[in-house]
Amino acid sequence: MALLELKNVHTYYGNIHALKGVSFSVEKGEIVTLIGANGAGKSTTLRTISGLLTPRQGEIWFEGQRIDRLPPHEIVARGVLQSPEGRRIFPRLTVRENLEMGAYQRKDKEGIAQDMERVFALFPRLKERLNQKGGTLSGGEQQMLAIGRALMGRPRVLLLDEPSMGLAPVLVEQIFDIIREINQQGTTILLVEQNARLALSIAHRGYVLETGRIVLSGTGQELANNPQVKAAYLGEH
Amino acid sequence: MAVAAIPTPIVRRTLRMTLASVFGPLGQVFLFVVGSAVVLSVVTVLIAVLLRGTRTDVDLVQATLVILPQVLIDGLVRGFLFATIALGYTMVYGVLEFINFAHGEIFMVGAFAGAAFGSVLASSGVLSALPVPLYVVVAVLVGMAVSGLLAVSIERVAYRPLRGAPRLVPLISAIGVSLLLQDAVRLIANLSGLGFNARFQTPNFGPPIRLAEIPVSPDRAIPLILDVRALTFIIAAILMLIGLNYLVNATKLGTAIRAVAQDRPTASLMGINVNQIIALTFLIGGALGGAAGVLFGIRVGTVNPYVGFLPGLKAFTAAVLGGIGNIPGAMVGGIVLGFLEAFVASYLSLMTAGAFSGASYADIVAFGILILILIFKPSGLLGEAVSQKV
Ligand SMILES: Nc1ncnc2c1ncn2[C@@H]1O[C@H](COP(=O)(O)OP(=O)(O)O)[C@@H](O)[C@H]1O
Ligand SMILES: [Mg+2]
Repeated sequence: MALLELKNVHTYYGNIHALKGVSFSVEKGEIVTLIGANGAGKSTTLRTISGLLTPRQGEIWFEGQRIDRLPPHEIVARGVLQSPEGRRIFPRLTVRENLEMGAYQRKDKEGIAQDMERVFALFPRLKERLNQKGGTLSGGEQQMLAIGRALMGRPRVLLLDEPSMGLAPVLVEQIFDIIREINQQGTTILLVEQNARLALSIAHRGYVLETGRIVLSGTGQELANNPQVKAAYLGEH
Repeated sequence: MAVAAIPTPIVRRTLRMTLASVFGPLGQVFLFVVGSAVVLSVVTVLIAVLLRGTRTDVDLVQATLVILPQVLIDGLVRGFLFATIALGYTMVYGVLEFINFAHGEIFMVGAFAGAAFGSVLASSGVLSALPVPLYVVVAVLVGMAVSGLLAVSIERVAYRPLRGAPRLVPLISAIGVSLLLQDAVRLIANLSGLGFNARFQTPNFGPPIRLAEIPVSPDRAIPLILDVRALTFIIAAILMLIGLNYLVNATKLGTAIRAVAQDRPTASLMGINVNQIIALTFLIGGALGGAAGVLFGIRVGTVNPYVGFLPGLKAFTAAVLGGIGNIPGAMVGGIVLGFLEAFVASYLSLMTAGAFSGASYADIVAFGILILILIFKPSGLLGEAVSQKV
């Protein structure tokens, strides 16, 4: 049984039909990537999984239970955490408070403190900025905080929406190394990216989304070598 | 990867941090309060000096100085009244970007709850035997409970179903709730025998405290007095502001309130139950309004179903003055407005030799300020952009 599975999901913004029957699955322990051009529906997919949007049709299953009619906070309670597109740091909360909000539903003080140390081990920068307001961080630091914040919820699956967006190439490399490390520590990851080359290089499997439909799927390697993917997303001919 | 077995102290909040997050903003408010008191006093005295030559009947400077301490105390009491009500407007605006125009009536209902409480105690004969501090604490808690729950119910019934609607719709709903509450309270007050002008019965607060004697001439001194009810108001308001700052700045729930105010969808991605936090915000704002209503009733002695209207509008002015959505801003705005009103009410008539009676011009000042801010500095005194809230 897959950890997370979408079955024929249709999501609308008013009359705009953004997801037109999306189906895919994520197995425990994997990094799965969803790639596609701007406007393909990647963020919509993640927002639908997290419950910010309710699908008009279709089902979403997580650990054997349907979650597509639950409010966002109950989906988080089951262990689905998201680092949203554009990072969405709370600008006037401190770094510490942002991290605490990631652990909002948890009561185990010791565990929270340990996870905060774990986040600092991954992102030492955040420890230096602990009492600074989130809005004063650089773009890269905000991305680290967004991922760290989601980790504070002890995710059973971590949804990452374009962690490379707007970052310098060196920083992107660094963030992707850390994503791989997080996965190796046991966290399942669903990674949404426009930077297909990088995403496919660390993903076990991937899906290609085009105007609200999955058009291709395969292992990271298969997709990276697929001529269509090469032409459309990797800038090769 | 190394996971620290024993968490290092850095991830724990220390007592010092908690105190700093509570008293930091309050310190800022305190400085603003002292600053505005000093500025207003200096300006008033300067005007008195300038106008001194125009008057032969009184020594304007001396007359100004003699009543100054009393004016400051009066301003502080008015200011705390506006500030505690303004917090309800500003907190709700912070999380919903919505002006709860029924908040003045939530204050009024708190005042009536206090009046009903006093009347019940009086008819059972225990009121006069009650120690004043105990009475104040219980009466304020009654007002807080009634108004807090009322605010939560209003949100649930009249605002939440309209959350996705155009902004004007919940605003109209709020005005409807406001009228409904006025008439409902009028009806209940008449039926229950409290009456339209309900007496606000309290135990005896005792004579005013004489703080000092201000000598005006070798053989005459004017006493500087502090009304016990005014003192009660000031102490209760300060305690509530400390409590609110603790809740908002140093607890997880308070952090969640700020998170919801800054970015609602992202807050829900953190697992925050946004509707619960919005309800909590109404509860806190309503409870503060109810407490203000009881303290107001204690101070003025009678309440009627329309007492919420003007204080509500002025508190809204205070919230805008401080920057709507900004919690320290509402406190600062309330107290600055209170001082301004007190100065106008006391000095306008004195300075103009009675040509303008100050008390009736105080409202003009309050709403003149509202219009000026809306035109020139819509972001308010504390100067943040409108989107920067809480
Ligand atoms: N809030 C919204 N309201 C209306 N349409 C939207 C909204 N957000 C996204 N869309 C539309 O939905 C489609 C998918 O968008 P999105 O999921 O953001 O794409 P991606 O993340 O792949 O770039 C696009 O056509 C976009 O214009
Ligand atoms: Mg997107």
